[in-house]
Amino acid sequence: MSVPLTLLGLLEREPSHGYDLKRDYDTFFGRGKPLSFGQVYATLSRLARDGKVVISDVEPGEGPDRKRYVITDAGATEVDAWLTEPVEPEPHLQTVLFAKVVLSLMLGRSAEDYLDLQRNAHLRRMQALTDIKRAGNLVDAMLADHGLFHLEADLHWIETTVARLDALTKEVRDA
Amino acid sequence: MLEARDVKLAFGQTPALRGATLAVAEGEIVAVMGPSGSGKSTLLHCLAGILVPDEGEIMFDGTRVDQLDETRRSTLRRDRFGFVFQFGQLVPELTAEDNVALPLLLGGARRAAAVAEARPWFAKLGLDGLEQRRSGELSGGEAQRVALARALVAKPRVLFADEPTGSLDSLTGEQVMDLMVDSARAQGTTVVLVTHEARVAAYADRQVIVRDGRVHALAAARGAS
Repeated sequence: MSVPLTLLGLLEREPSHGYDLKRDYDTFFGRGKPLSFGQVYATLSRLARDGKVVISDVEPGEGPDRKRYVITDAGATEVDAWLTEPVEPEPHLQTVLFAKVVLSLMLGRSAEDYLDLQRNAHLRRMQALTDIKRAGNLVDAMLADHGLFHLEADLHWIETTVARLDALTKEVRDA
Repeated sequence: MLEARDVKLAFGQTPALRGATLAVAEGEIVAVMGPSGSGKSTLLHCLAGILVPDEGEIMFDGTRVDQLDETRRSTLRRDRFGFVFQFGQLVPELTAEDNVALPLLLGGARRAAAVAEARPWFAKLGLDGLEQRRSGELSGGEAQRVALARALVAKPRVLFADEPTGSLDSLTGEQVMDLMVDSARAQGTTVVLVTHEARVAAYADRQVIVRDGRVHALAAARGAS
């Protein structure tokens, strides 16, 4: 999750104060990982320094002054570019799983035992995400779905690998 | 409450179950997973008294199901068990309402009483207004919800579901699973759910894997660390 680009995107919707930006970010994007106020204001300062937002006005309050941030044309261009570019597909977890399976075979350990443990961990995480999905709103359900589909893809890989372990063992040990 | 003990069954020379053991607690939702041909549906059929194992025991509430004759197993299935399968479960000549009432009618209930009992399930499962439709006039998801209502209307002790979402798209399948889990929990029905889909299995309290005709218990129960 790119915090600066997400905050810029929220500002593209409407000018806002840091407090309101944090609230909106946490509501939609910060599930389990809310932004700290320090992170919000540090990010907004960097965006202002880089000319992507400007402060439109400052309202004095009981606490610190409330600054209202407005996105600039440069900021809007960056948001537009970000939203229209596909994300780089990243098969990240599979490479770790693959390395553990192959190393297990090289070291004469049971790759099947490892894959059983991994399947167990995946299923438990899928249970937890399903609970979140059933208890939450549509935003929660969409986030949980994203995780569920990725975990399911890993599980397909795990099952296929289990079915190929004998052949893989031979190939790794003969290499 | 429901248990398979070292169950073996072969179809001709082909072994389907090679010593499958599984215990299901009252009110528990257990997903039986496994690749095609692993024996997971055969295990469900043995637990439900549809198939009789060559060896081993099937226990339900202290009764050896595998030792009952076909008539008694048939009575057990009708009175204590409910079933949801992947395809073609509704009687096409009957309306949706009569399909749901069918287990009650077969159990000896009068028609008016059976229909009165069937009717609330339509609201419960989001099927309002579809009572008089026949299965050919229902979408896949609607037909599966009618099948679910029919499986649960007689308040079975155990619901056996074999790939209940297999013919549905993801979202419709989720609706069916949500309704199945909520309804089963509401009336304390135990569920044995056979599926090859991990996303469906994740609705269960516990998952087991059938591989080469044996049961491998893997995932911890829901809520356990």
